[in-house]
Amino acid sequence: MNAPVNASNGGEGVQAENAIELISMNKWYGDFHVLRDINLEVKHGERIVVCGPSGSGKSTMIRCINRLEEHQKGKIIVDGIELTNDLKKIDEIRREVGMVFQHFNLFPHLTVKQNCTLAPIWVRKMPKSEADEIAMKYLERVKIPEQADKYPGQLSGGQQQRVAIARSLCMSPKIMLFDEPTSALDPEMIKEVLDVMVGLAHEGMTMLVVTHEMGFAKEVANRVIFMDEGQIVEANEPEEFFNNPQSDRTKLFLSQILI
Amino acid sequence: MSDHYIRKEDAPLLPPPSSVAGPVHWIRENLFSGWFNSIMTLLAIYVLVVTVPGLVEYLFINAVWDSVDGKACRPAAGGGPNPADWSGACWSFAKAKFGFFMYGFYPDALRWRVDLTGVIGAVGLVLLLIETIPHKRWTAVFMLFVYPVIAYILLSGGMFNLEYVETNRWGGILVTLVVAITGIVVSLPLGILLALGRRSKMPAMRFASVLFIEIWRGVPLITVLFMASVMLPLFLPEGVHFDKLLRCLIGVALFSTAYMAEVVRGGLQAIVRGQYEGAQALGLSYWKTMGLIILPQALKLVIPGIVNTFIGLFKDTTLVLIVGILDLLGTVQTGLTDAKWFSPNTATSAYIFTAAIFWAFCFAMSRYSIYMENKLHTGHKR
Ligand SMILES: Nc1ncnc2c1ncn2[C@@H]1O[C@H](COP(=O)(O)OP(=O)(O)OP(=O)(O)O)[C@@H](O)[C@H]1O
Ligand SMILES: [Mg+2]
Repeated sequence: MNAPVNASNGGEGVQAENAIELISMNKWYGDFHVLRDINLEVKHGERIVVCGPSGSGKSTMIRCINRLEEHQKGKIIVDGIELTNDLKKIDEIRREVGMVFQHFNLFPHLTVKQNCTLAPIWVRKMPKSEADEIAMKYLERVKIPEQADKYPGQLSGGQQQRVAIARSLCMSPKIMLFDEPTSALDPEMIKEVLDVMVGLAHEGMTMLVVTHEMGFAKEVANRVIFMDEGQIVEANEPEEFFNNPQSDRTKLFLSQILI
Repeated sequence: MSDHYIRKEDAPLLPPPSSVAGPVHWIRENLFSGWFNSIMTLLAIYVLVVTVPGLVEYLFINAVWDSVDGKACRPAAGGGPNPADWSGACWSFAKAKFGFFMYGFYPDALRWRVDLTGVIGAVGLVLLLIETIPHKRWTAVFMLFVYPVIAYILLSGGMFNLEYVETNRWGGILVTLVVAITGIVVSLPLGILLALGRRSKMPAMRFASVLFIEIWRGVPLITVLFMASVMLPLFLPEGVHFDKLLRCLIGVALFSTAYMAEVVRGGLQAIVRGQYEGAQALGLSYWKTMGLIILPQALKLVIPGIVNTFIGLFKDTTLVLIVGILDLLGTVQTGLTDAKWFSPNTATSAYIFTAAIFWAFCFAMSRYSIYMENKLHTGHKR
């Protein structure tokens, strides 16, 4: 159904240059100005790590990208499609953008495999046998094919998060958003999830990752973005970002998390 | 060797000591585990000793199972064959009037139509409720969309060469089931829609749902039935007639819809936001999110409340009696006016009979709901 590689971005015929573009984006919660004039461009295949203190608006920013939150000013353009109130466009964007949450948000009443096949069957209208095949492929990829018929409640946290990643991948997204995917996990499970993410990164997936795992940032990120009080305060290559932070806020933040 | 705690051979497998299992242990654990429980146990035994023999005597030993009229159920003073202080259930009354209690005044020769409707319904229900039987979807479509039409044609007649039977000749368990099942089948889906409406982001939807729910929930069912049977015809234009039973059916159905909506809303509120977000992030539309993710979980959580509403509805069907529709209780009361069957025991045993039938239906619903809850448990904690 999908057109070959380069021609499926909102019918414009050319691959949009940027995977994600935020232009002077602003958001308020009531009177509270959460996101202040955010400007960001993410190229196809780029991996970006977002960090910053709690409450700085990291989650809010990436949740705006697939319209889990609504922005009030400025533009968000995802793969050439501008995000407006047009439900069709929102659906189109959500089909192309996968998201992994801190608390997994798996569907507890469905088995692992059903979690993975649900969206392909109901959103992509894929035949069940094909969806099953794809689900198993990605479950193998995240190394838990043997859990396919269990329910999420019977898995460990790390396994659940890997199922959540597989579930997103089953929709063949072009862009993956991660909102602190490892911060609800016990230390020994963090690695198994990060390994999967590193694998994804090496395959060229466009990724926007909110995380405090600096090892991950150093290994795969093209850029690290630092947010504070709803603004992007600093953006740099990981090497520079960690060794030679520019702003005082970044220095303070780094000194706190790197101990 | 000093590490004597390490076993060299397997320890033998032994039966549990009698203090852990066995009847003595059970009695001690469950009946005499403290002074309070012991007193309660003794009290309960006392109550049972006092009541059970009398009950057994009334219900079974003295009971009259076969007779052509109420004479056999009367003590000597009333002209019966029994001693003066005799009392016993008059089951022969229920037996003699059983057809009336089942069908009301539905013509004898046409009762096979009711039976056939019942048999199709029962088979369909069994096919639906037993999970190992396949083709659930088709059975459900049949039961929800085709069966009501078949039932209407069979019960009402007036087409396909079937003689027309007015609804005021319907009665007994037939009416009780028609009212209860219609109420149940209509109230669940409508209640779900209303619950969704009440939580909708659109103010107009929300307002309409709240208005509907609060109006119907704030009015006693008796009032609803009076409105439906007495007042509504006054508002209808001249010559427009629609059936009294149908009007009551709609009244009962909408009334329980309002209750159902609130039960379902309770379930919706228990679903965490992450479930909506997980579904939305995958690109599921509002209705797919609701139908595939939210409702299956929400409804499962409120199965006890849903069944509670069903059971309440089932028993409330007896209220149609006061607008002149003969449900099971109505036929029993009508039957009691038959002078031939007069005896001091007739009414009591007839009401016990009625209660037993109602109880059997309600208990079945309750058991099935427990079975469903266990079946749907998927090991996740909440
Ligand atoms: N639904 C909401 N209504 C009002 N305020 C909100 C809402 N969600 C978030 N906020 C506020 O917006 C700010 C940014 O929240 P956000 O969740 O984006 O922070 P974050 O950077 O992801 O923090 P953390 O690292 O703790 O996840 C916080 O001050 C938070 O209190
Ligand atoms: Mg956050």
